[in-house]
Amino acid sequence: MDMKKLEHILLAKDNEDYALLFERALKAAGVEARLNVVSDGQEAVDYLTGTDPFSDRTKHPFPKLLLLDLKMPRMDGFEVLSAVRQRLGFTQLPVIVLTHSDNPADVRRAYELGATSYFRKPDSLEGLDEMIHVLHAYWLKFNHFPE
Amino acid sequence: MPAKVTSQVSILVADDDAQDTMLVRLAVERASLGLKLQSVKDGEEAINYLMGRADFANRHTHPFPSMMLLDLKMPRLSGFDVLDFVRRQPGLKQLPIVIFSSSDDPKDIRRAYDAGANSYLCKPHSNGDLAELLKALEEYWCKFNQFPACD
Repeated sequence: MDMKKLEHILLAKDNEDYALLFERALKAAGVEARLNVVSDGQEAVDYLTGTDPFSDRTKHPFPKLLLLDLKMPRMDGFEVLSAVRQRLGFTQLPVIVLTHSDNPADVRRAYELGATSYFRKPDSLEGLDEMIHVLHAYWLKFNHFPE
Repeated sequence: MPAKVTSQVSILVADDDAQDTMLVRLAVERASLGLKLQSVKDGEEAINYLMGRADFANRHTHPFPSMMLLDLKMPRLSGFDVLDFVRRQPGLKQLPIVIFSSSDDPKDIRRAYDAGANSYLCKPHSNGDLAELLKALEEYWCKFNQFPACD
């Protein structure tokens, strides 16, 4: 596997402004990654399974990381987690919950459903930059993926 | 300014190689990382520790960890056995487990993720690389990440 860049990150987030901030932070951190954004849980699942309108894998490649909000319309983050881990059997995709909630019941439930980790959404631009840096360093430089 | 790691995170290190565990301890101390380490030397001890059984019944001396750093090839019960046990155990299945192994065999990596590992790290060959890895581990798991409660 090419470990030189994270390549593809899928962000599932019901807020377009946040996607723009995220894109800006990736650039600022010098992370060469392509960000694909979906705006609810059902779209996230459709994207991962390559279901229309995400069937073209050159435009919509399978991501290396999924950043997942919890509160989303149609299908929430918990439902996405159980679909990804149970029904679809994507055991090797790191799924990082990214949310405002630090409710211990949410944290626990997310891990029980197979979240890789649970991040509090940073509330400043500096915090976001730092989070991107940390995510990138950990998953790019140190973690091993199969193949 | 980067955010400081404030709270100490406790990690249970399960590894039959005492020297590897010692090197991890040394690197954590040298870099003053906010990681509090407890260690066990095989898979059976790891499970006993998590369940608070046998030598590990006292939670003052053997506090429940925030996460586990787990070797794969160990006597008695392997890391895979520990993963299988933890992920089936109600009240425990949510514990974050990071594999820390000298194997970079894709078969081991795949099997570990299938068994529910949160992440897979390979043991570095030099002390410098180990220090860098532990620093990244601390930043990733302690700065932004929230740990689940277990019972």
